[in-house]
Amino acid sequence: MGLTLSEQIISHAAGRKVRAGDLVVVPVDCAMGVDSITPSIIDVMRDELGVERVFDPDRIAIIIDHVAPAVNIATANAQAKVRRFAMEQGIRHFYDVGRGVCHQVMIEEGLAGPGQIVIGSDSHSTSYGAVGAFGCGMGATDIALAWATGHTWLRVPETICIRARGNFQAGVTAKDLTLWVEQTLGADGATYRAVEYHGVDMLSLASRQTLACMTTELGAKAGIIPPSGEVAERFPVPEWLRVDPDARYERVVEVDLGSLVPLVAVSPRVDDVRPAAELGHIRVDQVFIGTCTNGRLEDLQMAARILRGRRLAPGVRMLVVPASSRVLMDAMADGTLAVLLEAGATIGTPGCGPCIGRHMGVLGDGEVAFSTANRNFRGRMGSPHAEIYLGSPATAAASAVTGRITDPREFL
Amino acid sequence: MARVWLFGEDVDTDQIVPGRYAPYMTSEAELPKHAFIEARPEFAREVRPGDIIVAGANFGCGSSREYAPKALKLCGIGAIIAPSFARIFFRNALNLGIPLFEADLTSVLRDGQEVTLDMSRYVVVTEAGQEYLLKPPPAFVREIWEAGGTTAYFRRYGRLPGQSAG
Repeated sequence: MGLTLSEQIISHAAGRKVRAGDLVVVPVDCAMGVDSITPSIIDVMRDELGVERVFDPDRIAIIIDHVAPAVNIATANAQAKVRRFAMEQGIRHFYDVGRGVCHQVMIEEGLAGPGQIVIGSDSHSTSYGAVGAFGCGMGATDIALAWATGHTWLRVPETICIRARGNFQAGVTAKDLTLWVEQTLGADGATYRAVEYHGVDMLSLASRQTLACMTTELGAKAGIIPPSGEVAERFPVPEWLRVDPDARYERVVEVDLGSLVPLVAVSPRVDDVRPAAELGHIRVDQVFIGTCTNGRLEDLQMAARILRGRRLAPGVRMLVVPASSRVLMDAMADGTLAVLLEAGATIGTPGCGPCIGRHMGVLGDGEVAFSTANRNFRGRMGSPHAEIYLGSPATAAASAVTGRITDPREFL
Repeated sequence: MARVWLFGEDVDTDQIVPGRYAPYMTSEAELPKHAFIEARPEFAREVRPGDIIVAGANFGCGSSREYAPKALKLCGIGAIIAPSFARIFFRNALNLGIPLFEADLTSVLRDGQEVTLDMSRYVVVTEAGQEYLLKPPPAFVREIWEAGGTTAYFRRYGRLPGQSAG
């Protein structure tokens, strides 16, 4: 009987064959902390564990992205503490304000790779599955233990396999596929489990990041796409990492990509998913394109295709926050930014942006946001009396033009 | 006696402590005051040590923020009982030593009801004497609870739970 990708990766790290359900302690290849959680990680490591030095400064990454730049004195002080710590510990992989969203930076900097175990203090650390890593989000205590010991404990997860065939129609993207899966499995449909996406070899790295990132919204522990195409060209793939035809999956979900339409998650549930075309009665105040889910060059380019020669509808504001400084530079170089700015968009510092409602685009009472992010919980982006709808960058751009939720195929 | 605080399904970490009230944005000392500050404003005022949360499925979904379960711990929550927990919340709560039990008691217990949680027998007892059995935790979990959380476990044994000694 073959092994799932999670079983292969954890077996390799554990040095023995493990199966779903086994409890193991494994070394981690990298353990990442972000600005909002790292002050707690430092406190737990020093004050509660009594450990002064990290196990290996080269296998730790710290990224300031959640509130970047600082919004008040409390966050400024916390960030200063994080900078001091990175300096004292000799942590090379420290990325300060403006470098970008942690998960994008980790992949750009090669800190996650095929077959590795990478854990992060942000829930969307499943993103590393885009390059064939076992990426897993954890809290401050787990990350502090990893920084102190280089290890973490894992229960080897069962795997749900999403088996795709065909390809998307124009205007339909990886984000729409993730929303279809949300609708199919539900927001806790993969709790404690891993998700594998098969049949998506034609997808870019960026689109794979969208798929892997969103498995967190199914409750998944990891979301892995077998390395192929662009990923296999850019990253070394270990020989032992491959899809076993006789791997045991808890469930297999078949999907015909050609049958998908642009989809939207309706406030306040990520698994309340409907076709964009049926939501034309919902007007929007703020459109947000960005985040670890959909803030990459191909996302900005998709929005620019729709916004070229058009303007935002009256009363609509549009915030574009590139996922990284590299994305920002690339979008500047190829003219994408100019198109977005001419249409009336504004550009924010690369990072998490308004996704978490802490700065840079907080929503007021009764306001409606259309966002390319991953969560639409009540109060997530500001007022608990605001609404958040989630969809692709194409649907976001089309909705910005009309001022109401719009199927982007009207503009393509 | 412990008061039951009843919640529905999919209680997310933004309901437990909204991101805007993170210790990172305010201060650590304020944290217990912010538990359910918008979803259930009376909670932080009225909760007493030992009270239990009884909720629907997928409790704690969303962010990795450990300050969500930590706020509940600082409020003195004695246990959380739900049919299922989001996985990061489960790890965080376990690490902090908050007892979690997978059981659905939402249809048999009322909000505000007084009950006793007997941790020696893993059973919830109502004032009328009705008993609801909980699943005893596996040894791995019990060891962490007994140590008072994962950091206390590490300090005591010098290793991670589940890691072979030496």
